[in-house]
Amino acid sequence: MLRAEGLKHSFGAVRALDDISFTVQPGQTLAIFGPNGAGKTTLLKVLAGLIQPQCGRAQVDGGRRAIGWIGHQPQLYAQLTVRENLRFWASLYGVSVPAELLSRLGLEEHADRPVRALSRGLVQRVAIARALLHDPTVLLLDEPFTGLDRVAAEALSRLLAQHGAGGRATVLVTHNVEEGTGLATHVAFMRAGRFVHFAPRAGRGPQQVGEEYRNAIA
Amino acid sequence: MPLPDLLRHSWSVAAKDLLVEFRSRTAILSVAVFVVLVLVVFNFGRDPTAVSNVDLAPSILWVTFTFAAILALNRAFQLELENQALDGLLLAPIDRSSIYLGKLVANLVFVATIELIGVPLLALFFNVRVLPYLGPLAALIALATVGFVAVGTLFSAMTVRTRFAELLLPVLLLPFMIPPLSWAVLATGRLLAGRPLSEIVGWLNMLAVYDIVFVALALLLFPATVNE
Repeated sequence: MLRAEGLKHSFGAVRALDDISFTVQPGQTLAIFGPNGAGKTTLLKVLAGLIQPQCGRAQVDGGRRAIGWIGHQPQLYAQLTVRENLRFWASLYGVSVPAELLSRLGLEEHADRPVRALSRGLVQRVAIARALLHDPTVLLLDEPFTGLDRVAAEALSRLLAQHGAGGRATVLVTHNVEEGTGLATHVAFMRAGRFVHFAPRAGRGPQQVGEEYRNAIA
Repeated sequence: MPLPDLLRHSWSVAAKDLLVEFRSRTAILSVAVFVVLVLVVFNFGRDPTAVSNVDLAPSILWVTFTFAAILALNRAFQLELENQALDGLLLAPIDRSSIYLGKLVANLVFVATIELIGVPLLALFFNVRVLPYLGPLAALIALATVGFVAVGTLFSAMTVRTRFAELLLPVLLLPFMIPPLSWAVLATGRLLAGRPLSEIVGWLNMLAVYDIVFVALALLLFPATVNE
């Protein structure tokens, strides 16, 4: 479903990706943990096709249509309403905005408000709706819990769990070991552009994963 | 990608840009004020006994449109940097040429609006007759505008991620604007002087060729310019 083979990429003298290879199968969720500058966001951008790697290749079955992306920024237009934003993005994917999506994310009552008038948490919920509206088979998530209140974070966790249960793949990059581990079937630790650990979670809890992570990147 | 899909996606991008501008109105208002200001300043600054209005008006008209268009083109892709919407566009399963076409259409509507304000003001301040030549003048303005907006939209995409985008765009664009602008100034002068249309047909043809060449080149080059 998602394959990375020998990915290498540098920005000047900084090596962002250094021989990264892995696969993610349907139904799997890979959580990647790493400190700032480890190359996590670059890896996601290479997987999405936003950056062409200098070596190696990344392949997502189904191409760009199969990918849903939630990044640091919501990729929304502040002057447009929630509904107008979602309609615009849906038109590019050739779909209509699923009626239940707004209600699942608690956005119905905010649908006709401009995005600039929403709180950070609500904006992130709209970004999640934008990423899911074309029913992607591969989700790429870069710190998706940033700015979310507890209720919204739980709603997102439920959505991601449903996504995985539906036989879809997810790659999740986060600093939050607790929330990331809870969703993951596989865990990777990244440092200086390399995977220093990649394994199935195999029953390990957030505390154990957190401890292993601290030891791995120390 | 099939042509109907390309056109549909282009229209989605253009309609979104126009809706964003309609909501904020910041760019159109600032550029309209700029056009009025330039024409007022030139009106009071000229010496009507030294140069006739008909000789002066074409240059002033096209200088005004040029700088108004550069102001408009600078904001074309800035809009996409806000909240990294450009990444969303690049991720969407659409031909990247449709992003360019959509931006081109939105920029043309924007610049045409400015030109609709500028031409009557020019007629008013410089006392030149435009109504008898409105059809040919509209065709001339349209052909010249498509050319430099086509090139400007491409350069706007190329420079938007650079540190000095607002400086780089005019530096790159102005040399490419010299041919269509000089043809447009010469043809406008002939039109306002009441010369026969046959005298401007050659310039109209050259503007049409310039438009075809640069729109085609921009469509080919655009996908490479937006890669990170």
